Amino acid sequence: MSEAEELQKLADKEYEFGFVTDVESDSLPPGLDEDTIREIVKRKGEPDWLLEYRLKAFRHWQTMEDPAWAKVEKNTVNYQDLIYYSAPKPKKQLESLDEVDPELLETFEKLGISLEEQKRLSNVAVDAVFDSVSVATTFSDKLAELGIIFCSFSEAVKEHPELVRKYLGSVVPYTDNFYSALNSAVFSDGSFCYIPKGVACPMELSTYFRINAAGTGQFERTLIVADEGSTVSYLEGCTAPMRDENQLHAAVVELVALEEATIKYSTVQNWYPGDADGVGGIYNFVTKRGLCKGDRSKISWTQVETGSAITWKYPSCILQGDDSIGEFYSVALTNNFQQADTGTKMVHLGKRTKSTIISKGISAGQGQNTYRGLVDVKKGAEDARNFSQCDSMLLGDRCGAHTFPYVEVRNPSAKVEHEATTSKIGEDQIFYCNQRGISTEDAVSMIVNGFCKEVFSELPMEFAVEAQKLLAVSLEGSVG
Amino acid sequence: MSAHENEEKMILDVKDLHASVEGSPILNGMNLSLKPGEVHAIMGPNGSGKSTFANVLAGREDYTVEKGSVRYRDLDLLDLDPEERACEGIFLAFQYPVSIPGISNAYFLRSALNAVRRYKEEPEVDAVDFLQLVRSKMELVGMDEKLLQRSVNDGFSGGEKKRNEILQMAVLDPKLAILDETDSGLDIDALRIVAEGVNALRGGDRSFIVVTHYQRLLDYIVPDHVHVLSEGQIVRSGDKTLAHELEREGYSWLESGHAAEKSQEAS
Ligand SMILES: Nc1ncnc2c1ncn2[C@@H]1O[C@H](COP(=O)(O)OP(=O)(O)OP(=O)(O)O)[C@@H](O)[C@H]1O
Ligand SMILES: [Mg+2]
Repeated sequence: MSEAEELQKLADKEYEFGFVTDVESDSLPPGLDEDTIREIVKRKGEPDWLLEYRLKAFRHWQTMEDPAWAKVEKNTVNYQDLIYYSAPKPKKQLESLDEVDPELLETFEKLGISLEEQKRLSNVAVDAVFDSVSVATTFSDKLAELGIIFCSFSEAVKEHPELVRKYLGSVVPYTDNFYSALNSAVFSDGSFCYIPKGVACPMELSTYFRINAAGTGQFERTLIVADEGSTVSYLEGCTAPMRDENQLHAAVVELVALEEATIKYSTVQNWYPGDADGVGGIYNFVTKRGLCKGDRSKISWTQVETGSAITWKYPSCILQGDDSIGEFYSVALTNNFQQADTGTKMVHLGKRTKSTIISKGISAGQGQNTYRGLVDVKKGAEDARNFSQCDSMLLGDRCGAHTFPYVEVRNPSAKVEHEATTSKIGEDQIFYCNQRGISTEDAVSMIVNGFCKEVFSELPMEFAVEAQKLLAVSLEGSVG
Repeated sequence: MSAHENEEKMILDVKDLHASVEGSPILNGMNLSLKPGEVHAIMGPNGSGKSTFANVLAGREDYTVEKGSVRYRDLDLLDLDPEERACEGIFLAFQYPVSIPGISNAYFLRSALNAVRRYKEEPEVDAVDFLQLVRSKMELVGMDEKLLQRSVNDGFSGGEKKRNEILQMAVLDPKLAILDETDSGLDIDALRIVAEGVNALRGGDRSFIVVTHYQRLLDYIVPDHVHVLSEGQIVRSGDKTLAHELEREGYSWLESGHAAEKSQEAS
């Protein structure tokens, strides 16, 4: 069972991935102004329209203020101290793994996701993002036969500019928020995916992110377009090296589902959360939004968030097409001094649109976990339906759980249901497990996994295993 | 040590055990010795400390041991964590079994079995062997196989929970099993099936402490000794006929001040 071993490696023990790879970086000096953006564009060889887009976003960003509304405490980020471009050498597009820097391959090996193994092992295509530039893409050929495009964002800009231009910013405009504006100005790379009409993508598409060079803000950009009647399942997972300084991550993910298309987007996020005293750790301010543009389209977000010092993240669905469906399944865990403020927005525009929200928040240590959700039923959304369930579990009495479910209904035919529970992990349950020979640590992770079951069952199999292990690792030492 | 000495050895030896919860004393000098293979019944009025005793033996942290000692085989039981006690062969069938939503009964039981096996440095069982084992034990306790895939005790009927405890006992193969009112909530047939299950596990060196309110159970599981617990002390001990006497007369005699006296007689 080498797959199992793989996952084992990936999820093993404390924060195993806290190593830094010794690859020579070709970085810009810290700081951000219009010249920085011009330099990024030049180095990446991007077209003028993209330069224009970036500059507009940058100018807009300068008029905005760093938001402070979410229920998290954070140190201010000094945006002039960050490095906005960093590329590992060699930079040229690689044909095969043999050409990849052995040091990089070693890194992937340590992560338990060596591309070699990935290639042999599975029907998972991997577009690995190492720092800002994609270094290897696999399975492209196989996917190309079906007309599926799955490549780095930079490559898509070169090879499929008409698609990128049409959809970039169409779901998350740069004006949307502070971080989406910043991302739009300086995004380095990411993934692009297009599924043509009527094609069911035969494999899970997967990206592993990794933040590397010290002090580099990472600004991923992901765009997935599912054309009429197509389906795709996309996996995102990430780890980061341990660092005693805060690192900013402000990604933007845009999904577009046309008529009768289905997109399933799953994330397991395990960035460095800071040490037990809350020092260091990643700031994760991500804008994720899906547009159910066509009738009967469907977008489903599943996320398991265990990492980061601070997480702000609200994967959302705009249900524009009639009978379109939006789903959000989330597990967010905060331990030690972690703060998470996550949730979703379901915007019902089309008739008979349906949304489901299942959120499981787990707080341990002094972690603060906030669910913030908005169900927004607009005037024209005749017979819209929503079901929301937000459950919180507390481990210990120094942590907190907060739930802010906002509902706005402008159409009287809408049916909106909300359920919420908060429970403490039971001493009874732990003792029951102990009495059967199971250690407290294993008992806690078992009980928590049981609590999260509805969400885990939405994840693809191998991701579910990984997610369970991550939870176990993240909870180590939190009780008993 | 010689075989003869071994035979004489107690599996459990409780001496002058005092325990309290949040400052209020509940066990006030328990004394109890079990030889390997023996079945002891503990009876006594509500609130007399039967479950407390069972939980103290299992190592529940809410209870503070103030005084006394508990030897279990060659071990000082009070030094061990609850999971170590379990792995050393102490099994408690709970008066109120706890549910764990989202975790299947099968997964739970296999995790438990493998935890015990790891402790004993035995190889873990794989899914196939486990299923075989658990199926044979389910037959023993007359349990529906569907319950294997349900969440642990979640939404189980009272009787199903109790049977599930006995199933766990059968799979985990303990040396000392403590059954805390396993008969309450069981219908007549279930009671018989559970008792038969227990009897099937009886024999050899396995010992039982059976806490019950009803002599009926003791018709099926015939005890070697019966003890009456009152206000955290064993006030009377006898053979199985004591259970019949209690069934007839109840506990009113306890109040009439004979308790201490009778206790003297018993020891
Ligand atoms: N966790 C606890 N906190 C406070 N009091 C407790 C606790 N556990 C037990 N007690 C008290 O200790 C006394 C003995 O309780 P215990 O459950 O051991 O009785 P029992 O003999 O098992 O009774 P029953 O026959 O009703 O099961 C009772 O008065 C009970 O209220
Ligand atoms: Mg009791």
